[in-house]
Amino acid sequence: MNFVPKIDRRAFVVGTAAAGAGFSLGMSLPIGRAYAQGTPELNAWVVVRPDDTVVVRIARSEMGQGALTGLCQLVAEELQCDWAKVTWEYVDPSASLARKRIWGNMNSTGSNAIRQSHEYVRQGGAAARQMLVQAAANEWKVAASECTAANSVITHAASGRKTTYGQVALAATKIEPPDPKSVVLKDPKNWQLIGKPIKRLDTADKVTGRQKYSTDTQMSGLLNAAIKACPVRGGKVVSFDAAKVSGMKGVKNVVKVGDTAVAVVADTWWHAKKALDALPVVWDEGPGAKASSASIAAFLKEGLEAETPFVGNQAGDINAALAGAAKKVEAVYAYPYQNHACMEPLNATARYTAEKCEVWTSTQNAEAVLAATVEASGLPFNACAVSVVTAGGGFGRRARTDYVTQAVLIAKQMPGTPVKLLWSREEDMTQGTYHPITQCKLTASLDANNNMTGLRIRISGQSILAGIAPERLVKGRDPATFQGLNPGGEEGRLGYEIPNILIDHAMRNPHIMPGFWRGVNNNQNAIYLECFIDEVAHAAGQDPLAFRRKMMAKHPKHLAVLNAAAERAGYDKPLPKGVFRGIAQHMGYGSYVAAVAEVSVASDGLITLHRIVGATDCGYVVNPAQVERQISGSFVYGLSAIFYGSCTVKDGRIEQTNFHDYNSMRLAAMPKVETVLVPSGGFWGGVGEPTIFVAAPAVLNAIFAATGKRIRSFPLKDQGFRTA
Amino acid sequence: MISLTINGQSHNVDVEPDTPLLWAIRENVGLTGTKYGCGVAQCGSCTVHVDGVAMRSCAVPASAAIGKRITTIEGLAENGVLHKVQKAWVDHEVPQCGYCQSGMIMAVAALLKDKPKPTDADINSAITNICRCGTFQQVREAIHAAASA
Repeated sequence: MNFVPKIDRRAFVVGTAAAGAGFSLGMSLPIGRAYAQGTPELNAWVVVRPDDTVVVRIARSEMGQGALTGLCQLVAEELQCDWAKVTWEYVDPSASLARKRIWGNMNSTGSNAIRQSHEYVRQGGAAARQMLVQAAANEWKVAASECTAANSVITHAASGRKTTYGQVALAATKIEPPDPKSVVLKDPKNWQLIGKPIKRLDTADKVTGRQKYSTDTQMSGLLNAAIKACPVRGGKVVSFDAAKVSGMKGVKNVVKVGDTAVAVVADTWWHAKKALDALPVVWDEGPGAKASSASIAAFLKEGLEAETPFVGNQAGDINAALAGAAKKVEAVYAYPYQNHACMEPLNATARYTAEKCEVWTSTQNAEAVLAATVEASGLPFNACAVSVVTAGGGFGRRARTDYVTQAVLIAKQMPGTPVKLLWSREEDMTQGTYHPITQCKLTASLDANNNMTGLRIRISGQSILAGIAPERLVKGRDPATFQGLNPGGEEGRLGYEIPNILIDHAMRNPHIMPGFWRGVNNNQNAIYLECFIDEVAHAAGQDPLAFRRKMMAKHPKHLAVLNAAAERAGYDKPLPKGVFRGIAQHMGYGSYVAAVAEVSVASDGLITLHRIVGATDCGYVVNPAQVERQISGSFVYGLSAIFYGSCTVKDGRIEQTNFHDYNSMRLAAMPKVETVLVPSGGFWGGVGEPTIFVAAPAVLNAIFAATGKRIRSFPLKDQGFRTA
Repeated sequence: MISLTINGQSHNVDVEPDTPLLWAIRENVGLTGTKYGCGVAQCGSCTVHVDGVAMRSCAVPASAAIGKRITTIEGLAENGVLHKVQKAWVDHEVPQCGYCQSGMIMAVAALLKDKPKPTDADINSAITNICRCGTFQQVREAIHAAASA
């Protein structure tokens, strides 16, 4: 039953691309300057048009998180241009490849869009400014050092001359670009755009219906495809009876898609879906069909006690600490599979000919889309083109490219015809790459003075990397499993000083496909740790906040954020009768987060969230308005997951098919989130995910405070709780 | 062939009568602002007005809209002037990914027609659209702003 990872070729292509070593495939395309609508670029990041418009190139994905606006702020800060003149364009990954990956990593996962590109995009802005100033200086025959630039205007104070970026843009493109290493970036204290709550650049079209998402792709001759893959992962198509549906209205084709799926292509998607629903398909469901939630739970439970070589954090002598404990606390938690459920179901449009394959899609990883297009089309890289379209949510699901592969495989069977493949919500729910399933056994030792002397954590369960990128396992071990529990590092560092620690992982991989799900392994690790620390605090007879603080002296950033949340919440003040408080902190993706939740629980299980405080230290804040939105939205996403998010398995397939049985929190359940931004500077942390880590444990600890009941398996709807 | 009046314009649409109004609007008329999110009237991304009433168009047969006034997000602004809900949405920067927002805005516009000054409780019971980005806080603020505009 343990799923054995196999390394496939595409995984290698994508993996090596991500590592920056790939794509050295003898490309013979010219490496020159690209053009934005006829205007030469100043460098890869900046085009200035004669009318003063500034076009910023966006290599990362905009899926709602606001990275597009933040990245433009970073470039414009150094360019010192008029913000009102800023617009943007997405980068084509094949163009990047042809220019030796000049736009760098195009992946947008792990809250990385800004934190992993801030330096080179700012250098792009600064270099462009230098070239523009130099061009003006050349025209005036003065030294560039005598000229200043601000708000898209260049001034030579000594002579009183002025010009605009647009007027010297063309001349500037002919100047040798400065070495990026020689470019001096602004001191943060001089920032004028970074750190300001500037309005998003992409709001207007989202309120009028004009915003085009990938699912809105329209073009001449476009046909529409609906698809059904084998409901059990690992299964295959045996046969299908196309004749039964080929006469239905609008149907153009019924095709097999790889070994695992069938698709109907029709004039409209509605026709395609109706025919697909009527299409008889025989599946070979494979060995996974025997699995159920119960069998998977038993499989993981065995891993709680088994031998394992995969250690994530070790200090002192945990066995001695536990043996010598004055008091021991032990608990077992479990976390379910969850679907991303992006509002825009997965989709991609592809047009294939023997010479060229074009793809239009929304994605979190445009280079992986290109790699998938190459693989599925069988054409070389320079015959493939990917147009990135704004995404209706991503949450990690759009880091995968299964839907792109399918679209290309369908289009390949209808050369010359553009085909838009759209997954139904049911397909989206049942063919996910799910938040991995794990169980966790935690044991703590307390000494006679109720100090926590030891922490033993055994995680048993699924590795994401083993499922989607086995080439990234390290000697068979999945380092990402330990997010938030690591002894060091920016991706998730334990915030408590405990003398004896052993945290390890028994990898147990059921056949269900795992994936990166907003927050990833931090989510369940933060629940395990932060709820368990709460349990230990109660066993020690201490206040949960005070108990945490004692162990955080050597983790000042973790502690400062926890304190900031507690202070805003008025932690020391009494609450109204019937209202109870919970607290949690965690660190991941470079940022420190904490939350306080105030809840009441009615006798019928109705949970009312009265108040939520979320604190974040992400180092530098690029756009506080967007950070606040990411924080408040993260509570909705994280709390939806803990209240309602569970994908269960029966006969090898996921049982939930739509929002009626995979619910999402509505407006009525959410109080205003009070955000506390405490940026301490000097580093760049992510903001799209971290708050999710603390959303659930803060609420769970508040539920314990209210009920005395410790919930250790999820979602809460299965434990008799609900929201408004 | 059925006739649908959408945003004041009459369209002859070649669909079977049971085709959901959503797909007639998106695929046959070509107005893509109205979104498919679930197909089972759960999420509200497909909300349009039918004779001024907010309806989840994925669950309305196109034939049921014959002879009625259909308004989609593209028809909410009048003479190029944004509806007060759209304006509040811009002012409060409500959309994140924005995919659900066409339906959210249409639901709110219908609410304000019925209840020009909705209470939080009115909002809670009327606005049940799913937003996975979780913009609810801005939605609530913008509704109150639009109501007092």
